[in-house]
Amino acid sequence: MALIDDLDVPMTEAELERRRFLGLLGSGALGLAGIGTMVAGVGYLEPNAPYEQATRFVVGRPEAIVPGGVLTLREQRVYVVRGQAGVYALSSVCTHLGCVTRHGLGQSEIVCPCHGSAFDMEGRVLSGPARKRLPRLELTLERGEIVVHTTSQVDDDTLLEV
Amino acid sequence: MRKIATALTRSRVWRSVFRHGFPDSNRNRSLAIFSSFFLHFHPVKVRVRAIAFTRTFYLGGLALACFFILTVTGTFLMFYYHPIVPSAYNDMKDLQFVVSYGMFLRNLHRWTSRTMIALVFVHMAWTFMRGAYRHPREFNWTIGVGLLVITVLLSYTGTLLPWDQLSYWAVAVGTNIVGAIPIIGAKVKLLLLGGHEINDNALLRFYVLHCVVLPLTLAFGVGLHLWRVRKDGGIHLPELPPRRDDVGDENYASTRADAGSPESSDAPHENA
Repeated sequence: MALIDDLDVPMTEAELERRRFLGLLGSGALGLAGIGTMVAGVGYLEPNAPYEQATRFVVGRPEAIVPGGVLTLREQRVYVVRGQAGVYALSSVCTHLGCVTRHGLGQSEIVCPCHGSAFDMEGRVLSGPARKRLPRLELTLERGEIVVHTTSQVDDDTLLEV
Repeated sequence: MRKIATALTRSRVWRSVFRHGFPDSNRNRSLAIFSSFFLHFHPVKVRVRAIAFTRTFYLGGLALACFFILTVTGTFLMFYYHPIVPSAYNDMKDLQFVVSYGMFLRNLHRWTSRTMIALVFVHMAWTFMRGAYRHPREFNWTIGVGLLVITVLLSYTGTLLPWDQLSYWAVAVGTNIVGAIPIIGAKVKLLLLGGHEINDNALLRFYVLHCVVLPLTLAFGVGLHLWRVRKDGGIHLPELPPRRDDVGDENYASTRADAGSPESSDAPHENA
């Protein structure tokens, strides 16, 4: 918008300087307010209490799983596997695009229904499109019961000795 | 009868609404378009060549018509739909089997969304084929690409709302693709889902995006897009060979001979 100075007020160089300074101050304040609004907006949209599945939960006594058996926790999206040497937990979320994998009773592989990725019972990729293995989750033994920590991943040879 | 019509159109009330007389002269027809909020995005005068069906196949207009249908049917669907986890799916089933005309409205909304995506895509392809993306319409082409993206996003956010298996896994896969963006991916995914899982929060966020944020953005973008069509010189038309009256009989024959090449329209003026 072109401003037509129809008042034609005479202005000294100092007054002009002040006008420029105030103009700069005004745009700066607007800019800062804009950035502040954006930061606050993102902060607002980020939930502080999402009321989700617990990231730490008790599964039960390890003896309840037969050696070689698999406990499938659908809600928590975890497999608890009892191998010959000990117990370990795998995330059942496919590393390709996040679908929940399936494990049929007595079968020796885990298959994703979305795009057909297959994993063995150690979580290693047997066939794609997934490229990363299913992560192993931390297990602890508390008062004789297995506790799964879904936010904590452990090395792929970690076992909970029972 | 004519007396009543004249009295009516000359009354103060009529004149406060319509500033022009009855559109029976070229001047009044122009004023009718020019002074109406609803018609003013049309040019006052249009070349017959520009509104020939095969020029544009009315693809943009048809896509806009789809948007109107989607807005109306979507608003109707909103009267029965709760974006909460157990009821979202039940409301969708109620709309199909319990609510009067619910099945019709839901299917109309669903099919029109598919049609709109197809139309917007073909509109883009046709604009490209005709070369209408070139100067001076480059910016409007860019706006159009943005509108295509918003249309697809509208369809995608709408996919979650029925809360069935297809919805759930489509959103699981889509948001994991977002999560794979380097550095900001995890954060954007968290903001999009309102958590780490797809549940109530994600449903509500997609609902708000689908019903408020994206439609408003699209409406604003369409306004800008149509305004730019006018400002950029109307619908793109290839140049015609000059008319016999303009160039004279002796030059006219030569212009017809090479009318196929785009340079031919300049040639007669050099001779003249």
